[in-house]
Amino acid sequence: MATLNLTPARAYELAPTRRRRAPLHTRARRHVTGYLFLAGALFCFGFFSWYPIGREMAMSFQGDIQTGHATWVGLANFRHITNDTQFWTAWKASIAFTGLALVLGYAMPFAVAVAINEFRHLRGYFRLLVYLPVMMPPVAAAVLWKYFYTPGQAGMFNAVLHVLHLPMSNWTQSANTTVVMLSLVLFSTWSNMGGATLVYLAALQDIPGELYESAELAGAGVLRKIWHVTIPQTRIILSLMFVLQIVATMQVFMEPFILTGGGPEGKTTSVVFLIYEYAFHFFNYGGAAALSALLLVVLAVFGGAYIWLSNRADRA
Amino acid sequence: MSTLGDATTRSLVSPAALSRPRGKFFYWTALGIAAAVFAFVFAFPLYWMAASGLKGTQEAIQSPPTWFPKHLVFSNYANAWKQLDIAKLLLNTLVYAGGALAFQLVFSVAAAFSLSKLRPVFGNVVLFLMLATLMVPASVLVLPTYLTVLNLPLLHVNLINSPWAIWLPSVANGFNIFILKRFFDSLPEELLSAAAVDGAGPVRTLWSIVLPMSRPILGVVSIFAVVAVWKDFLWPLLVLNTPAHYSINIGLYQLSGTEAQNVLIAALTLSSLPMIAFFLIFQRHIMSGLTAGALKG
Repeated sequence: MATLNLTPARAYELAPTRRRRAPLHTRARRHVTGYLFLAGALFCFGFFSWYPIGREMAMSFQGDIQTGHATWVGLANFRHITNDTQFWTAWKASIAFTGLALVLGYAMPFAVAVAINEFRHLRGYFRLLVYLPVMMPPVAAAVLWKYFYTPGQAGMFNAVLHVLHLPMSNWTQSANTTVVMLSLVLFSTWSNMGGATLVYLAALQDIPGELYESAELAGAGVLRKIWHVTIPQTRIILSLMFVLQIVATMQVFMEPFILTGGGPEGKTTSVVFLIYEYAFHFFNYGGAAALSALLLVVLAVFGGAYIWLSNRADRA
Repeated sequence: MSTLGDATTRSLVSPAALSRPRGKFFYWTALGIAAAVFAFVFAFPLYWMAASGLKGTQEAIQSPPTWFPKHLVFSNYANAWKQLDIAKLLLNTLVYAGGALAFQLVFSVAAAFSLSKLRPVFGNVVLFLMLATLMVPASVLVLPTYLTVLNLPLLHVNLINSPWAIWLPSVANGFNIFILKRFFDSLPEELLSAAAVDGAGPVRTLWSIVLPMSRPILGVVSIFAVVAVWKDFLWPLLVLNTPAHYSINIGLYQLSGTEAQNVLIAALTLSSLPMIAFFLIFQRHIMSGLTAGALKG
């Protein structure tokens, strides 16, 4: 019996889903079309991501970069920056900021979301208020807080503390580095927690009510319900946000740059702040590149963790 | 209240507990306290900002500060708008954000569609290289990217103070490719084959079949694109260094050292208003887009 070929010619070839190969010219056309579609992204990734990554790695082993005749200097840049006393101070500052931000900024949005989720009223009001600071230009929020933190009685915070008969503080101008760091984290938490709160609220909405019901029948109180139902049910999003926050806060720059200028005595000069100083104040490009490379290694670990976690979230 | 103790919205506190008189009392007390705390923590600072912008020069730096402006000096806002040229800063930012959005939508969607459906030779390598950039945060690349923008290799153009320095690097975002490709992967293959059989080319298939189905994911990409430009500080600080090209963040930063406090605070208020207004109007869309992006991306 003669077989009738009823499949009309396709205008273009989609990637083969079965093991039958299309004729060469059709395949070639698919590849060419494919790369035409990719061209814009390839251009941007090439010039503004892949090339800078390669250049970054090369520069960390180079000297005299700004002269245009870079020379290979081996590990000299790494030796130079690790001998700089500011190096360890900067890592300490970034890690302290990240750690404090985990205590404050990570727990707070989740706690707030769990609390808001209990209310049957005013949800829109809560969501709007917590998200308002996120909408401000970050620099506007930072400059505003700089005024709030004014020492003496002139600042808004001290004025409020004074009215409440509480001790006042010098905030970002305190001689105590912990107070300065806490002031930075407080600002950062205020201005950023809205996003995380909304994400958690959405995740909480997806928890099936029956789980709470059965926990209740088993005699669980509120705290045990949080521990046995709420947290396990939001585990994946909690761990994703954990990694994302560490990656974001380890790159802290704007907060100390505007609120403290890196002080007191360079104690809040974070790693990215120090990269900026090496590159654009001391014009030590090799040093800046070496420090960036170290930060990259640290953050890549967390970036890898994020990808691994979100792949797991996909399968779940 | 009929909604109190409604069994359809079950959470930590059981509906039975809420319907008891004691439960009701606690509920309304807690709600009142929470509403007041939220107002104090999130709205009061913004009230302080708007009010300080209305104070006179002396009153603004007076110690202790006044809770309500004694004389309303509306001219601060007029001065901030005219002399500090907030309109120009906002307009620049709008251009940067709009361009970044357009380039990201066009280039990322086309690339993700190609990698998902056309799958050209070495497509997997390209995909891997694009996703690998997710592990490299922008702040560790500021110096080499800055040097690249200063003198683009092969083409030898300088992009400093040009919107291209904001637009093009924003496209090199592995996250866009990641979520778009994953979304395109989930579209049924038969639908696209059917379009191909009907004689639709790849551009037509993308435009009239794929894109209409992709609205939610395009919303996520758009919101992230705009928010990223709105929030960025370090990159524009490096590449936009003349007042005519400042974005809102850079403009406010440069002004913060020089202007009188009351006028500057009025400028902060003015610069915050458009985005807050925009948010109020599109609240629902933005909220659902943000949460969808975080949960599914």
